[in-house]
Amino acid sequence: MIRIEGLTKHFKKVQALKGIDLHVMEGELFAYLGPNGSGKTTTIRILTGLSKPTSGDAYLHGFHILRETLQAKRQCGLVPQSINLDHELTVYENLNIHGKLFQMPRRVRSERIEEMLHYVDIADRRSTPIKHLSGGMKRRVMIARALMHAPKILFLDEPTVGLDPKIRRRIWSLVKKIQQNGSTIFLTTHYIEEAEFLAQRVAFLDEGRIIALDKPQNLMDRLGKWAVDKIVEGEMETTYHASREGANAHILRQVGSLSVRRVNLEDVFISVTGKKVQP
Amino acid sequence: MRGCLAVYQRELLILKKKFWRQTASMCVAPLLYLIAFGFGVGKDLQVDGRSYMEFLIPGLVAMSSMTQAFAIASEINIARFYWRIFEEFQAAPIRNIAYVTGEVLAGITRALFSVALILFIGLLSGVVLSYGLLFWLAVVLNSFLFASMAVCMAMLVRSHADQALLTNFFITPMAFLGGTFFPVDHMPLWAQKILNFLPLTHAAQSVRASSFGQTPELHSYVLLAALGLALFVLAFHCVNKAKD
Repeated sequence: MIRIEGLTKHFKKVQALKGIDLHVMEGELFAYLGPNGSGKTTTIRILTGLSKPTSGDAYLHGFHILRETLQAKRQCGLVPQSINLDHELTVYENLNIHGKLFQMPRRVRSERIEEMLHYVDIADRRSTPIKHLSGGMKRRVMIARALMHAPKILFLDEPTVGLDPKIRRRIWSLVKKIQQNGSTIFLTTHYIEEAEFLAQRVAFLDEGRIIALDKPQNLMDRLGKWAVDKIVEGEMETTYHASREGANAHILRQVGSLSVRRVNLEDVFISVTGKKVQP
Repeated sequence: MRGCLAVYQRELLILKKKFWRQTASMCVAPLLYLIAFGFGVGKDLQVDGRSYMEFLIPGLVAMSSMTQAFAIASEINIARFYWRIFEEFQAAPIRNIAYVTGEVLAGITRALFSVALILFIGLLSGVVLSYGLLFWLAVVLNSFLFASMAVCMAMLVRSHADQALLTNFFITPMAFLGGTFFPVDHMPLWAQKILNFLPLTHAAQSVRASSFGQTPELHSYVLLAALGLALFVLAFHCVNKAKD
């Protein structure tokens, strides 16, 4: 569904992507995880035609992003990190313009707008100008817009950034629903719990390279099931254990303030890179 | 073609939303010039055997078609840097040529609307001239040229503030020196040679001659069309370059 081969991107002296190879399968919800500046957005921008790669190839549903640009673009919907709606226009008008840009016939367009307004539960706001909507509603409009032309692949670039936890959960439910309806979803995030909750597979990106790629559970299992955190001279030290008993036994041998918890994806990232995912 | 229409219709929708604000704003400058130069300075003035008001209205038509066509640059910049709508166009399956054509058409539409307003204001002031095919052709070519230039500039600048600088350096001097308010042939020969390089000079001369029922210079139309076409092609390349 998404195939990336040796993708690189240079911005003057900065090498944003250093050779990405990746294959995302049809119907998969794939999370692309990494700290700010790791190359997540650059990858999405290249795949969706907003930026050109320096070298390498990428295919969306079999269409090469540079040689068959228009066909490749038809395969995907994009929800970018920043709100990019027309604030002067209403919800309906924003979706309508999108439908026109994707050359949808008038009748199909009208039907699809109604469908999408109900799908993201914003039908009662169809005539509201975007400038009068809350941040969460704007995100839902952006998701509705990205789904307007029924894309096979949906790119979500940090879809919940800046949203409160309640709204974030609502967006997650929506993303799950979209995936259950058969779409392939490529999600970038620096929220560990978002990737853990949503993704079937996760790629860790750091300084333009994929440093780990697997199912979240497999990645975590490599470290162990349980983590024990201990603060030593102001620094957190974490040890990993296969069982709760093992973790408890370790705690008994230690002195000081300790806590035990389940291993999460952040532990995996820290163990691979030595740094946190959160910016 | 449909992609171009989508871009064009979006701009028209924005214009419609701000119709009264835009209309009032389009009237302010011409009204001020009419009051200051037409009724004030030029009340008893004659230029080439015509009242100064008759001389001024075609000049304002040329100037306004330039400024309003160029104003599409601000709309593009707001969409690009502030609302980030440009990304929506770039991610859509439309060719860059469709995007440029849509924006240029929107610029021309704005210009034609502003010209209609000036002609209406002129009519209220008792100035009735001849507005035939050659008049409208000059207006459209001038608008095409400056709308294409606007798309180029909007793609080249890195911020909205840069856009204001370009307007100050290119558009404002041209508005005053391009034959809007005075006949260029009254200037010293060396100045005439320089001013003849300005597209607005040719637009103002063509609009004025055609509205006076005279035959405008063919080379002015050719120059406006050729320069407009060159800027349109350049705009297409600038959109390609603006991706990163």
